[in-house]
Amino acid sequence: MTRGSRKSWQYFGLGLAWFYLLLWPLLGIRDGALHFAETTAVWLRVALGATLCFALYRLGKAGRLDAALKPLAAARDAVGNTLARAPRWMLLLPLAVFALSYPVLTNRYAQDVAINVLVYICLGLGLNVVVGLCGLLDLGYIAFYGVGAYTYALLSIHYSLPFWVCLPICAALAAIAGCLIGYPTLRMRGDYLAIVTLGFGEIVRIVINNWMALTGGPNGLLGIKSPGIYLPQLVDGSFSFEYLVIRKLEYLYYIILALAVFTIIAVYRINFSRIGRAFEAIREDETAAELMGVDTFRFKLLAYALGAVFGGLAGAFFAARMRFVSPESFTFIESAMVLAMVVLGGMGSIPGVILGALALVALPEMFRGFELYRMLAFGGAMAFMMLVRPAGLWPAARLGKRSDDTE
Amino acid sequence: MAHLCLSDVSVHFGGLQALTEVNFDLRPGEIVSLIGPNGAGKTTIFNVITGVYRISGGAVSYDGQTISGLRPHHILARGIARTFQNIRLFTAMTALENVMVARHCRSRAGVVGAILRTRRQRTEERDVRDRAMAALSFAGLGEFAHAVAKNLPYGLQRRLEIARALGSDPKTILLDEPAAGLNPSESRELMAMIQRIAASGVNVLLVEHDMSVVMNVSHRVVVLDHGVCICQGTPEEVRSNPAVIEAYLGSEVD
Repeated sequence: MTRGSRKSWQYFGLGLAWFYLLLWPLLGIRDGALHFAETTAVWLRVALGATLCFALYRLGKAGRLDAALKPLAAARDAVGNTLARAPRWMLLLPLAVFALSYPVLTNRYAQDVAINVLVYICLGLGLNVVVGLCGLLDLGYIAFYGVGAYTYALLSIHYSLPFWVCLPICAALAAIAGCLIGYPTLRMRGDYLAIVTLGFGEIVRIVINNWMALTGGPNGLLGIKSPGIYLPQLVDGSFSFEYLVIRKLEYLYYIILALAVFTIIAVYRINFSRIGRAFEAIREDETAAELMGVDTFRFKLLAYALGAVFGGLAGAFFAARMRFVSPESFTFIESAMVLAMVVLGGMGSIPGVILGALALVALPEMFRGFELYRMLAFGGAMAFMMLVRPAGLWPAARLGKRSDDTE
Repeated sequence: MAHLCLSDVSVHFGGLQALTEVNFDLRPGEIVSLIGPNGAGKTTIFNVITGVYRISGGAVSYDGQTISGLRPHHILARGIARTFQNIRLFTAMTALENVMVARHCRSRAGVVGAILRTRRQRTEERDVRDRAMAALSFAGLGEFAHAVAKNLPYGLQRRLEIARALGSDPKTILLDEPAAGLNPSESRELMAMIQRIAASGVNVLLVEHDMSVVMNVSHRVVVLDHGVCICQGTPEEVRSNPAVIEAYLGSEVD
């Protein structure tokens, strides 16, 4: 055993001991007495699993598992190479077929999770414009989601406007909210900006919570209508449209899928344009960007408004799907969640943000089997991913590969 | 015609007088060098011209129009581009993208155009790329177009800064110590490039410590000391001026 490996085993043992110390107060102190049996049982199971993983990792690092790993690595490289050479539509086609046939293949619960994932993809990509591209840390992003949701809720309840008419209105109002919040805050940079956006996010939530007359306060708003579509019909030789209200989950799935695809294409194209270059220049060096002709204030405001638009669209869908909105859905933890998706997935990378949303929404669902330890397992998985892939699950190839745009 | 004129420009930061009634002008087709000991106010003048600092007195005019008080991106759009003393490239972007950013003020496409990929947006984008490529080739960086800026060697980064400034189609270019850290052969290439820039109809204002570069390329030299313009003239006149010698070497002990 080399010195390096002894040291890493020492740290590993220390980690396990520390874990026991953390676990015991959580499980062992109850009913006015101290219990050790349960803690030890849980701890032993975790310790055994962790030791096994760690031993495998050390063996792999020492090269003992080369015989088994080499062919695997070779296979992975081969697959990667073929994928890189295949034209883009060949990669996208199976994905599109899968996404379109998803509701047919799965049950209600899986569809529900998928809808959640897609909503968060929209939110994550919107925030990605602000944080990933423009480099402005925004901790109050969920406010725009709230603005979108409440806009649709109020328009639907009071004026019975259809979903499709409300969608652009929600986007426009969210953009206006983005500009209103951005205008005073964007003079700040870095940490100060983060704190101020955090404050504005909370202001929006508190206003919603207290404006009883308009928003119903903590009781929320009920009676929001589902989206509808006009279906062309031929009855007795006369042509007419039938109005169909979409309540079924699989149709809602298609709506949010369309919204997510729109968001992906829009963000991708903005990314690879003059606007995206300006955002990236601001992220790299704001002063130099201003001196190289970018109106930094206007473009930071634009990044904010664009992010808000995508958040507002997602919010409108959220309200239409739940048919109920309340301030509880727009707390700071939601902002943190969306930000975590962007950071975990890889800042500025569109596939990264999609993976991040998938991981952060789907993983807690997968861990439902662990019941009590669900959040613990989730936290562990997060910490592990950050250790293994600090730049994100799918880091941006090199932020911005605009010039050799293939289209 | 690009005629840059500073008249009685003063700048102070709190109690510190950084520039005191500085007067000089940069005529069309000229290469003018700005020299002086460290802290004399050379970079301050650049920051004044490009709109980073507000002036406390006097006026900066360009082609007969006052430009003091405009924001930096407006000044670039008028045709004054600059480089930086400590290289400030967009490090994660490629060389080509760096120059394409500088063309921002010469292009118009907005968000809707970008999302819909309209014909106009695509032609404009192609034009931006071609012109950026031309600026890179002018600076001899054509083969490094797709290299990430931070991976370029130092000398090429300096050149990329000049290419980026040229990418904005300037009529006047301000170079802040372009020869700093370059070896003699790189310095010679730089001098040739400055002369090519001037020959292409762009006038050059140069801040430089490397006297061989200054004396070789400049038509006129302006000497600053403690924020005061102590002398200006041809390189020969400046070299023999007693006030300049005193500023650089100190006065003789009586």
